[in-house]
Amino acid sequence: MNTIVLLALTGLGLAALYFLVASGLSLVFGLADVLNFAHGLFLGVGAYGTWWAAGNLPGAGPEGLGFVLAVAFGVAAGTLVAVLVELVLIRPLYSRTIEQVLVTVGLSLAGVALLQATWGADARPFPRPQWSRGVTGILGAQVPNGGLLLIVAAAVVLGALLAFLRWTRYGLIIRAGVENREMVTALGIDVRKAFTLVFAIGGAAAALAGALGGVYFGTVSPGQGGSLLIFAFIVVVIGGMGSVIGSAYAAVAVGLLQQFVNYYGASGVGDLCVVALLAVVLLLRPQGIAGKVAHA
Amino acid sequence: MTDSMVEAPAARVPDELTPHRRGWHGLRPYLPLAALAVAAVLPYSTLELPGIFEGPLNSPGTLQLLAVCLVFGGLAAGYDLLFGRTGMLSFGHALYFAAGVYGTDILVTRAGLPLWQAALLTITGGTILAGLLGAVALRTAGIAFAMVTLAFAQVGAILVARDFGGLTGGEEGLPLDVSGLPAGLVGVANTVNLYWLALAYLTLVVLVVHRVSGSPTGRVLAGLRDDERRVGVLGLDPYRFKLVAFTLAGGLAAGGGVVYCLIVGGASPHITSSELTLSLLVMVVLGGPGTRWGPVLGGVLYTYLDHRLTAFGASDAVESLPAFLSRPLSQPLFVLGTVFILAVYFFPGGLASLRSRLTPLARLLPTRRTS
Repeated sequence: MNTIVLLALTGLGLAALYFLVASGLSLVFGLADVLNFAHGLFLGVGAYGTWWAAGNLPGAGPEGLGFVLAVAFGVAAGTLVAVLVELVLIRPLYSRTIEQVLVTVGLSLAGVALLQATWGADARPFPRPQWSRGVTGILGAQVPNGGLLLIVAAAVVLGALLAFLRWTRYGLIIRAGVENREMVTALGIDVRKAFTLVFAIGGAAAALAGALGGVYFGTVSPGQGGSLLIFAFIVVVIGGMGSVIGSAYAAVAVGLLQQFVNYYGASGVGDLCVVALLAVVLLLRPQGIAGKVAHA
Repeated sequence: MTDSMVEAPAARVPDELTPHRRGWHGLRPYLPLAALAVAAVLPYSTLELPGIFEGPLNSPGTLQLLAVCLVFGGLAAGYDLLFGRTGMLSFGHALYFAAGVYGTDILVTRAGLPLWQAALLTITGGTILAGLLGAVALRTAGIAFAMVTLAFAQVGAILVARDFGGLTGGEEGLPLDVSGLPAGLVGVANTVNLYWLALAYLTLVVLVVHRVSGSPTGRVLAGLRDDERRVGVLGLDPYRFKLVAFTLAGGLAAGGGVVYCLIVGGASPHITSSELTLSLLVMVVLGGPGTRWGPVLGGVLYTYLDHRLTAFGASDAVESLPAFLSRPLSQPLFVLGTVFILAVYFFPGGLASLRSRLTPLARLLPTRRTS
């Protein structure tokens, strides 16, 4: 029983990480049709921004409020990079899907190399609050606090995103744009502002994932975003492109499956099961769990 | 002449770059043959090219670098069959290449098979693998296809990294056991044979791709790239044609893997990474997708730069720059990624389109002078 609770909660922690990366990816893809390979870069910027701020920014540090400030700085940096990427690199290429993919591919190569050039290729210890290293007893299982923090953060982000999509004007435009972009444009609404907005949201969520993932893993390295990104892509496809709630379901399924199979089977089999799940979903339901509709 | 001897297939470029001259067109069909001949006799030259290669042309180090460049040129040409000629954006091409490398390595080193059997089995296996996975992946199209192939390639990377059954050597890779290989392919002194092997592979891939794209099948593939629905309306099954292209490209990549395994003498896990597929994409786009020589040129240049930019980054000229410039410049991927982004914006046709882009300029210049 203890093991099952522990596995479920660590699996949910992993799912939270996937969701934070995948939600932005899914919205960006659903609305703007951009398959964003540079999303891993936003995650890296968030992680390194937090790491840098904790050491150098006055008032920020690895403990208490200072840590909140450091994470806020990292998220702000990630958001800024995402907005800049959208405005400068993606916007001139709208409606040319392949070129956009190519640009984000180039960006992911160059961006990760830039992080590596600046801070070295080796993993660096991440400044994390003392309490996040401890464990909490839940139903007899000793769950690491870093994972719980991720779950809480992902739940908050999910709630905030759903509320934003359901009750605000821009949320309405995004939902409508995912469903039928031409119609929204024809009604005289500038969808491009919404594009920038979803890039900002996606960048912020990915940067948060980078910062909290740093707390969870205890280290930060330039290549971290890349390996997470592939599983995030899988989550997006399984969940249905453009659906936040679909991404959440798919992330939970993928995270739990991976954690349980990796524990009870050989290490690595869980990752293979995830890909098998992807193949099954694609064969039975090619549009994903939720299809291409932004459900609020 | 010396310049054209540096990167062998680059010798085919001058016809793209030189202005039109009468009589030139009569020679053009023979240029690839001439380039091939130059590339084939290259190892007999003791020319020193300081700054471009570290040793003379026939030194083993230079020949090995050239051989790797040629293999990637062939690989890029094979990938172009998917991306440039059929319009399929596959992110999993590294899988079939890695299957070739690891297949040969495991069959020779672990199973102790002779090389020709191992190579034959590997290429057959790689082709079947591509056919099977393609049959599943091609049920999706466009971006979903890209993601599915990416996921399949990731399985390959996981399998290699987790080292099931101790077959692949995990993170450390698997050095090739050379004791059972033909003597002509072993040892530093025989690097030249590997170079010729790589050249033969490149020639084979270029011939196959050329032959396929000129055949009726190739015309259907081009039709799929331009308008898939229309091909369907004409009564042809897009799925089958795409599967043929996918399987063929996979088999060619597996063949490249066999050659690569011999050249570098083993397998290392980084060739399974999605980064390799992304670099293939970069090579094809830099060279010019859907053109005959563009992808080859892109592959050779990219690989050369990837290897040589490391030395360039460590050189004094770069070291003396301020840190915020010298550090990014010492990362080959930063330079190549930036060049790639610029190419997507300003040279959508890649290197192969340079001539058509420069012709208007060339025409403009004399008229300015006369007026």
